[in-house]
Amino acid sequence: MRAYIIRRLIGAVPVAWGVVTLVFFIIHLTPGDPAQIMLGESASAADVEELHRQLGLDKPILTQYISFIGGVLTFDMGASIYTGKGVVSSIFAVYPATLSLALCSMALAIVVAIPLGAMAAARKDTAVDRGAMFASLLGVSTPTFCAGPLLILIFAVELGWFPASGRSGLVSLVLPSITLGMAMAAILSRLTRSTLIETLGEDYVTAARARGASGRMVLFKHALANALLPVVTVAGLQLGALLAGAVITETIFAWPGLGRLTVEAINARDYPLAQGCVLTIALSYLMVNILVDLIYAAIDPRIKYQ
Amino acid sequence: MKRILAGKAGRVNVPLIAGAAVTSAFVLAAVFAPWIAPCSPFDQDLFGGLAGPGADHLLGQDRLGRDILTRIIYGARISLTVGFVTVGISVLLGTLLGTAAGFFGGRVDEVIMRTCDVFLAFPGILLAIAVMAVLGPSFLNVVVALSLMGWTGFARLARGQTLSLREREFVVAAVAMGATPARIIGRHIIPNLAAPLTVEATFAVAAAVVGEAGLSFLGLGAQPPTPSWGAMLAEGRQFLLIAPSLTIWPGLAIMLTVLGINFLGDGLRDAMDPKSKLRGE
Repeated sequence: MRAYIIRRLIGAVPVAWGVVTLVFFIIHLTPGDPAQIMLGESASAADVEELHRQLGLDKPILTQYISFIGGVLTFDMGASIYTGKGVVSSIFAVYPATLSLALCSMALAIVVAIPLGAMAAARKDTAVDRGAMFASLLGVSTPTFCAGPLLILIFAVELGWFPASGRSGLVSLVLPSITLGMAMAAILSRLTRSTLIETLGEDYVTAARARGASGRMVLFKHALANALLPVVTVAGLQLGALLAGAVITETIFAWPGLGRLTVEAINARDYPLAQGCVLTIALSYLMVNILVDLIYAAIDPRIKYQ
Repeated sequence: MKRILAGKAGRVNVPLIAGAAVTSAFVLAAVFAPWIAPCSPFDQDLFGGLAGPGADHLLGQDRLGRDILTRIIYGARISLTVGFVTVGISVLLGTLLGTAAGFFGGRVDEVIMRTCDVFLAFPGILLAIAVMAVLGPSFLNVVVALSLMGWTGFARLARGQTLSLREREFVVAAVAMGATPARIIGRHIIPNLAAPLTVEATFAVAAAVVGEAGLSFLGLGAQPPTPSWGAMLAEGRQFLLIAPSLTIWPGLAIMLTVLGINFLGDGLRDAMDPKSKLRGE
């Protein structure tokens, strides 16, 4: 097991290095001068020159690349051009807000998806099944930027049950979590249904039925328990995707997290901050995926580590 | 054709027909926009700003008094053009790289698949957002950004299929007869990838439509006054209290388009791989 963990971690290093390199080159290989773009057309040559020096853009590209990687490794990615605050500390300040939103969305998705998928599988090819699967296709097809404003319109504007924006206690988490978790709930319910249908055909389920176990007992104790493993794995993998999905959801609900910081940094052309945000989201995603892989390997005895 | 329209056990393939109907309706609206739209998408009527639905403007008017229905019809052009062009490029790039990786193996495979891993490490539209941030908003840049994100799925699919096709008798026979790699890939492998790639491409069009709307929603996609559903939603958000129709209609247009395309993909998958339905996918 230990060898497996080490191998998995070592395998992630080239990918992480690739991610850092890609983020670096997205900025540096683009047409035009980043300093000029940041300061705008009307900036004086002296100002552009000064910003060049500040950002190290006057040095050869290889030197910039090495110092960028050094910065990533030492958690020093420079400072925001507009606020002057350190990029890393700005990101750390908003990270908990995004994490709480992502975790809450995931919890909500799991709570909705598993019963829905189980119900559909137990009543396969009936109206219940088709209804549940239509609902899940609707969920997959509703992007956050459609669901968010519509939820605000109904539950904040018309009914006044929840706040339309901002972060003020648990109640403000409800609408953003539904918005962000909807697609995940849809994916998970389809997955629950398909793995459960497969499990219901296994020999041990037939054996349980032959012993006279009730339909409910078979479904919950024998089939669902075994079908849940892939569902939980995909839920974990989706947590990383939620961090990215938060970019739009946080913008809709003015949620003070990493997603909104990313969009603000991009709109303000604050490249050091934008670079840091994009890199943080991508590396978080990578880390969550590895973690899920390891947990999965640890809890499923059928997986071999060799 | 009959085989495709019929689902499991000869039943009518409802998702395929429903999906095809909805998708064709939007495609037709996009193609014939100048003839079916009631107004010009750019004509302003400042006295009618934010007016609700009426006889002249069925779905109401936006902040500048432009007809919402017209802008939704024209918006289909942007969404679907970006969707189809992006997926076209992604399929081409992904299939070429994926089949090359699967066919040649070794170092070629290693380099292509590790590059793929790096791109896949960017979740959702994050990479597209980053690319748009530096390239600046324009139609071409949206296509570039979304294609950079979209090719990986096709590359993985093509590689996996190629790996299994490579071992099949007809490919082994072609190799034994001295066919060049280009001929084997072009004549024997790619034609056999068509079915899974078509299904994947259908879902990818839906993803690209969502991607384009998402970028426009964030202000990184199509710029005003271009009628884009994402940009219309973003503008509508500011007037949610006084003119909800600005948000509802473009939102419904996106949902319906994506739902239609996803249905089409589901139906195509059932038709081309009947086992998927039996497995309960």
